[in-house]
Amino acid sequence: MAKTLSENQAHIQAYTPTKLKSKPKFAHSSRKWLLGSLFPIVLIIIWETVSQLGVVESYQLPAPTVIVDELIQLASTGELFEHIYITLYRVFGGFILGTIVAIVLALGVGFSKTAEELFDPMIQALRSIPSLAWVPLFILWMGIGESSKITMIAVGVFFPVYLNLVTGIVTVDRKLIEVGKIYQLSLFQQVYRIILPASLPSFLIGLRTGLGLGWMFVVAAELMGASQGLGYLLVVGQNTLSPETILVSIILFAFIGKVSDWFLKLIELRLLRWQDRFVRGN
Amino acid sequence: MSLVLENLSRRFKDTDAIRDINLSVEDGEIVGLLGTSGCGKSTLLRAISGLDQAYTGTVSINDQVKKGVHDATNFIFQEPRLLPWLTVEDNIMFGLKGKPKASFDRARRFIHYVGLSGKEALYPKQLSGGMAQRVAIARALVMQPDILLLDEPFSALDAFTKMQLQDLLLEIWHKYQTTMVLVTHDIDEALYLCDRIVVLRGQPGEIIKTINVTEPRPRDRGSVELANYKADILDQLDLNQ
Repeated sequence: MAKTLSENQAHIQAYTPTKLKSKPKFAHSSRKWLLGSLFPIVLIIIWETVSQLGVVESYQLPAPTVIVDELIQLASTGELFEHIYITLYRVFGGFILGTIVAIVLALGVGFSKTAEELFDPMIQALRSIPSLAWVPLFILWMGIGESSKITMIAVGVFFPVYLNLVTGIVTVDRKLIEVGKIYQLSLFQQVYRIILPASLPSFLIGLRTGLGLGWMFVVAAELMGASQGLGYLLVVGQNTLSPETILVSIILFAFIGKVSDWFLKLIELRLLRWQDRFVRGN
Repeated sequence: MSLVLENLSRRFKDTDAIRDINLSVEDGEIVGLLGTSGCGKSTLLRAISGLDQAYTGTVSINDQVKKGVHDATNFIFQEPRLLPWLTVEDNIMFGLKGKPKASFDRARRFIHYVGLSGKEALYPKQLSGGMAQRVAIARALVMQPDILLLDEPFSALDAFTKMQLQDLLLEIWHKYQTTMVLVTHDIDEALYLCDRIVVLRGQPGEIIKTINVTEPRPRDRGSVELANYKADILDQLDLNQ
């Protein structure tokens, strides 16, 4: 089977015309990078100039070079990596917990009318509570340690994953279900051979939205009470009147958040390469 | 007798879609269900297939009365209805059970047979309408059904692709002697393919005439004989009324 699979790959490559055009594709991606980084670079140069000339006070907005210095200094003591590590641990812990609970409930609600009637009204009602409002309660229940933070993030991740997966399941094309009936699939086979693959695109959208919310919630959780983490750095920067520390933290949030989303996007492209998507022209 | 329908009726809410249909189809026969839209021909086919079970009357397949999908039948829809996340090959193997190696060889044989060699690893989005319908045909054939049910299988295709696939269907019939029940609104298609054409009309749909097409195959699409049959059918359908 493995051998034939690689044969198939060869077929696909032979058929895909983009293979022939790999050079222009490369040119296209470098153009994309250039265009995308043009504006930020200009902005940084202006920022640096303005700071050097003393137009804005450095205790309000330090120059980019000062921020880089701060970043190097934090990194050189190794302190920074501990902050990054603990924040990553919280986000992914919460992400995985929230996703697992969401999958279990969404499968139940998606497939069983009774489960829907039992759980869905309550979940919808809970959804209308701004999730950050839970923070004090979780801290009261679970203390200020890791479990309250991870629970917090899990709550944030749960809703988009749950809602998207339920939507994916209940909107599977009836025509494909009929194909399953013609081939006399059992209910279980119908679920894993038709319904789950068909709801994969919307599940993946849920995962990406959920991860984004996870990053938002980790900031909230770490602001409320933590002794480590990137969110804690924000508090430190505020208390010690050092905006460069705050900006280092913000930049790292942006960077790591983007990398994690990019990673999910790669998985999505890989799993959904069968999808017939709208491709925009230039 | 491979397929017998007795007093088949189907109601949707308060209207009858079809009423008291009696029909028997011989082994290896190609029967066309022909009628204008809304005469219940697709409803009838869905009842035979078991996709719709809310009918009254009996459907007996190979002397077995059963409500529900029967092993001996397979269905080709108007649209290909391929699973978009499976390649051509995996779509064709969709219904096969048993050893992967055997399934794989069998799928390959039918891929070759419907003229899709070299396209095994493509996804449905990469196929043209005609190619996709060929995959759908292979997916049904690979199950080696005794009875193939076809619901306007070529109506979404252009005229030339349509003719090619009609010929493919006849080839299949020559090779496997599969019994076929074909729903169509295309009189030329029915005349080209069928041994017998059942004309349905009205609401609720009823059989108003059965025409035996005795012309030997291969038939000439433009022949005078077929034109005469066509005139007769048009007369029966009474479209001016």
